[in-house]
Amino acid sequence: MANHSIAHNVYVPFLEKKGFLSWILTTDHKRIGILYLVSISLFFLIAGFIALLMRFELLTPASDFVDPHTYNVLFTLHGSIMVFFFIVPGLAASFGNFLIPLMIGARDVAFPKLNIASYWIYLLGTAILLFALLKPADTGWTFYTPYSATTNTDVVLLTFGVFVLGFSSILTGLNFIVTTHKMRAPGMTWHRLPLFIWASYATAVLQLLATPVVGITLLLLITERTLGVGFFDPAKGGDPILFQNFFWFYSHPAVYIMIIPAMGVISEIIPVFSRKPIFGYKAIAYSSLGIAFISFLVWAHHMFTSGISETAAMIFSFLTFLVAIPTAIKVFNWTATLYRGSIQLHSAMLYALGFIFLFTIGGLTGVFLGALAADIHLHDTYFVVAHMHYVMIGGTVMGFFGALHFWYPKWFGKMFNETVAKIAWFFVFVGFNVTFFPQFFLGIQGMPRRYASYPAEFESLMALSTYGSWILAFGILIMAVNLISGLISGEKAPENPYNSLSLEWQMPSPPPHENFEEIPQVTDWTYGYGKKKELEV
Amino acid sequence: MAEAGADQSHGHHMDPATEYSSSKLGMWLFLGTEILLFGGLFAAYAIFHARYPEMFFEQHLELNRTMGAINTCVLIFSSLTMAMGVSAIKWGKQKTAATFILITIVCGIIFGVVKYFEYSAKFEHHIYPDTSIFFSLYFLMTGLHMIHVFIGLALLAVIFVLTLKGKFNAKYNTPIELGGLYWHLVDLIWIYLFPLLYLVG
Repeated sequence: MANHSIAHNVYVPFLEKKGFLSWILTTDHKRIGILYLVSISLFFLIAGFIALLMRFELLTPASDFVDPHTYNVLFTLHGSIMVFFFIVPGLAASFGNFLIPLMIGARDVAFPKLNIASYWIYLLGTAILLFALLKPADTGWTFYTPYSATTNTDVVLLTFGVFVLGFSSILTGLNFIVTTHKMRAPGMTWHRLPLFIWASYATAVLQLLATPVVGITLLLLITERTLGVGFFDPAKGGDPILFQNFFWFYSHPAVYIMIIPAMGVISEIIPVFSRKPIFGYKAIAYSSLGIAFISFLVWAHHMFTSGISETAAMIFSFLTFLVAIPTAIKVFNWTATLYRGSIQLHSAMLYALGFIFLFTIGGLTGVFLGALAADIHLHDTYFVVAHMHYVMIGGTVMGFFGALHFWYPKWFGKMFNETVAKIAWFFVFVGFNVTFFPQFFLGIQGMPRRYASYPAEFESLMALSTYGSWILAFGILIMAVNLISGLISGEKAPENPYNSLSLEWQMPSPPPHENFEEIPQVTDWTYGYGKKKELEV
Repeated sequence: MAEAGADQSHGHHMDPATEYSSSKLGMWLFLGTEILLFGGLFAAYAIFHARYPEMFFEQHLELNRTMGAINTCVLIFSSLTMAMGVSAIKWGKQKTAATFILITIVCGIIFGVVKYFEYSAKFEHHIYPDTSIFFSLYFLMTGLHMIHVFIGLALLAVIFVLTLKGKFNAKYNTPIELGGLYWHLVDLIWIYLFPLLYLVG
């Protein structure tokens, strides 16, 4: 393991090198993490801006700001970009890349070249997406047949872009699984691994098992449009429901590809700012795998109104309830960790607490939708939209923001303004709830999703939701400005600003090029807070 | 390329034993995803076969069993030669290994040529992917498989050249082994495709 750059024993921060090539050709997992972080953040802002346009259209009942077709295009782009370009790679590719080697005590992932190749494939997918924008699809991000097979917008390019992204996702997942198996430092046993690693591992397993299926599904849709294959076309003896089965076989597990890494982030933040060992370590660790397993058995709960048999619907409804168990295990354990802890309300902790609160709402409303009888009424209404956003923004994005604030000093070696960060959190939290909580009521009252216009009786709730989206956007704007100005003029970050016990904090900020001068010998888990003598932060 | 050069420590940071076992684990995982990719098509096959058994029976008679059988033999034989190539390099016999890899490549090309004649015959009879559900399955399954044959051939060609150049020996031969694993997968998938399409119908 001896290495020329270590032999000199000089601290070279990994951010030291400048220039375009040093980034695009890098094989350093920390830099690749930044490449992903910048890319997904850009797509988050773009798709978020599209959402603002949609909410603006919905301010009044008539479709006056954009015409209905444009509205269809907008929600297709919003959904596709958010799902495939931001949230699926999301935390796993950005923070996963940065943290996995640091947390397990390795110098890099198992296949560094494959790692940068995965990023290039991601870029290729985004390039295809840009071409797809010339004649953007209007199918919704689910690409349901038969409409997606017949619309004259460009479904082929968009789905092909998503297909290419799938490769990036698979290769990243593969890299992380092998890394976790083979690269752990001596003494870093499975039951000493930080919970973020367990979460990333479960995510990677899902990426490997689910993504190929959506790959072939989208490929079949492409052949449907190009070669005239008729698997999903009733006129040719095919079955449009088959597409839904295929699609959700991936896309339901994909929901957990999006949320499980965020759960891992929360499991890291909570103990540090409660100064207590994480409660129920093994339960949290294995519940990630439990969620991953059950997620493959529930896909048809998206199809209760699509004409599947009553027996199938009942079985899938029952199986869906099972997901609530490992999920609740996590929430209970986080809450138990907070109990009687010395809680510090750092901005990262605020996002973590926001996650627990909002994700619980998102998860429980998911149980409503999994219940067969309730779903018949709520299917394809704003209730679904609200539920999904409580899980995806209230859950994943809160976790993403939490991770940004938590590991920011380590990653960039700078501090941001903590007061401004808290103010931003307040606007994000309030704005999010004002945007999406009214949508639960809209859904129960029967307002269907994906319409540019609506009956006048819904105007007050719809307008409230739109006002909320402005507050949310304002909060994100403050947060972005704060984090970016921290990069430019922030104070230099200390090695371990929160007295964390995890490996990544036991090195200079930003980490040296080689991560560890010597591969550490691990003797304990990382959650021994409150037991050792601690300095006050 | 100074920048990339400085990053090299991130490219070679494992001892050979870990590198070998990591690569193999990675390859097996990748092969798993390949099977899932085909899994979608096999699922479609199962569903439509159950729904239209007569159509499958009637139309599968159009396929050329002799050519299919020849191709099956060719691929199984190529898997054998591939395995022998891997064994040869483990014993340090570079030339023998290269010869076996070359035979494998030739078998792959024969497979492609036979498939070309099969496809041409179908087109002459005006049978296309949109002719029926059965032929959609036939063309997509064998077509996707064919793409994998081409990828396998490209990999083997690179490995063949590197073997000739003496890059591999008894101690270091991971790429040959991984290429072999991939080739066996290509063979394995065909072993399912042949009876499902040509024989069961």
